[in-house]
Amino acid sequence: MTDQTPESISRIVQGFDAKPEMLVQILQAVVQAHGWVSKDTIRQLAGELNLSRADVHGVVEYYHDFRTEKPGKHIVKICQAEACQAMGSRELTQHANTAVDADTTIEPVYCLGNCACAPAVMVNGKTIGRVDAARFDSLVAALQGAD
Amino acid sequence: MSRVKVYVPRETTSVSVGADEVALAIAQQAKQAGDIIQLVRNGSWGACWLEPLVEVEVDGQRIAYRNIEPDDVPGLFAAGLLEGGDHEKRLGPIIEEPYLINQDRWTFWRCGLIEALSLEDFQLHQGFKALEKAWDMGADAVIDAVTESGLRGRGGAGFPAGIKWRTVADAEGDQKYIACNADEGDSGTFSDRMLMEGDPFGLIEAMAVAGFAVGANKGYIYLRSEYPLTHMILSRAIVTARDAGWLGEDIQGSGFDFDIELHLGAGSYVCGEETAMLESLEGKKGIVRYKPPLPAHEGLFGKPTVVNNVVTLASVPNIINMGGERYAGMGVNRSKGTLAFQLAGNIKRGGLVEKSFGITLRELIENYGGGTASGRPVKAVQVGGPLGAYLPESQLDTPLDYEAFTEIGAMIGHGGIVVFDDTADMAQQARFAMEFCAIESCGKCTPCRIGSTRGVEVIDRMINDENRDENYDLLVELCDTMEDASLCAMGGMTPYPVRSVLKHFAEDFALGQKNQAIRNE
Repeated sequence: MTDQTPESISRIVQGFDAKPEMLVQILQAVVQAHGWVSKDTIRQLAGELNLSRADVHGVVEYYHDFRTEKPGKHIVKICQAEACQAMGSRELTQHANTAVDADTTIEPVYCLGNCACAPAVMVNGKTIGRVDAARFDSLVAALQGAD
Repeated sequence: MSRVKVYVPRETTSVSVGADEVALAIAQQAKQAGDIIQLVRNGSWGACWLEPLVEVEVDGQRIAYRNIEPDDVPGLFAAGLLEGGDHEKRLGPIIEEPYLINQDRWTFWRCGLIEALSLEDFQLHQGFKALEKAWDMGADAVIDAVTESGLRGRGGAGFPAGIKWRTVADAEGDQKYIACNADEGDSGTFSDRMLMEGDPFGLIEAMAVAGFAVGANKGYIYLRSEYPLTHMILSRAIVTARDAGWLGEDIQGSGFDFDIELHLGAGSYVCGEETAMLESLEGKKGIVRYKPPLPAHEGLFGKPTVVNNVVTLASVPNIINMGGERYAGMGVNRSKGTLAFQLAGNIKRGGLVEKSFGITLRELIENYGGGTASGRPVKAVQVGGPLGAYLPESQLDTPLDYEAFTEIGAMIGHGGIVVFDDTADMAQQARFAMEFCAIESCGKCTPCRIGSTRGVEVIDRMINDENRDENYDLLVELCDTMEDASLCAMGGMTPYPVRSVLKHFAEDFALGQKNQAIRNE
């Protein structure tokens, strides 16, 4: 993931023809490219889309996907919804919180739609099923090995 | 030697347990051995517990191998995989698999069967036949067929699709829209995803049929961001369909214009509520709208809009092809046709089972699901997502029928069935229902926004044995308020799982006498 620059944000906005009704899509593209939404980006989006900063800020704050802080190098989402709870996601989450280093951000997610192979996690955008503590550790080791 | 077709699904669940790695290993092994194969990436048949499920076509028959790992591949080739050779993981012909053979695959019939992104394969399997037939029938007859079929909204609310379509068709306005709700947020559900990943052109055709029927030239798909693979598959399918003249202006020279825009959600559960979804499609916060006006009158950008779930729409092409009467002939009472049930959570054979309404939970969980994955007794089953009730073992003989579920204070919703074994702490599950509502509430109405937070606090006090009886009364009162005064199902139905725990699993709250009193109600 790269840093947000006025140029990179403008390119994303232009990709959506600077339509204000595409704000959610634009923010999604910002997060997919940069990992989070900075205050400067909010200001810039408001200007380029002819919206108030409050409007943009409100949308950013509303949706879970739109982080306002820079995440770690790796993002691991652990499903916390019922199907995964039934297969031990609470215990897995406890384990995960002690198993990763500062480079990895752990986030909750409410359903990855992988409910027949629970518990499910998403590592850097890839969904992985049937994850127990040992499997989790090998996923983390693979991330650290790739660094 | 001719090219042997080898099928490896490209579908989230299969890929989540290694299907991509298996596909790569098979391609490499074939190359090494000098075998010429055609690797086909199909959708999933829905037998998730068998994934990755590899099939090889031998003499026109597809032979299946279950739970294949990359390390199995050399051994499979040595055993004669390409001739359907024997192996400990060989299942036999896929069409004889018991999990699939007794299903009523009306909506999901192409799922697993065809190469998901091959327009040619789609058209070899009835693809776009319903759209062409719709043009011949005329818009009115299409809506009549949908009405006659008795098809109800599969997103959860169960509203008759034909009535909705008729309302939009009759509404004033030169611009109308089809908005496909693919924000499948309920835990335990994945049928929308499987359909979109396994039969993306099927959804495109269905939306075009809907557009033709009601006079809409533009469709939107609102897809949740938790489904990146689905997004890739749908995006490619839309481009392919457009390039081949099945989307865009004057489709196949019919004079009918229709195009689809794919939008991503951003992790908000309440955006699955239709009006919140419309707000989000307009680029705003996903806050629920007051109704009326109904979206059918004033929907997306204030225009008449059909909002239907993926499975609702995808059920339509076969209704056009085979007639509404045929669909209405399946199911029971006012629950016509089929539903794609999803077996999830602590279940041995999890997956998607499309059956006619009327089957019981027990048949699904025991006959299809094989009981719990842990092998322990079933304690509770949550049907219909996070707003659905927890049912005890004694209610498993309830037939899956919208009205029968309403009678026991439960709902079928989107057909998700999440099984818990006897180690589950149901007081924690009741707490989670409130907690989830607090996290996901859009904040517009007070009962939902504040009630959910208070609900967590009250339940915590009950769990910690602080004035348990008083807090019990408070919780019941809070549930009444949320149910009666919330704007949408988020706050209005969060009490369902909570009340069901109080009623059926009171011992998990250590509610002694209260427990008895509730049971005697």
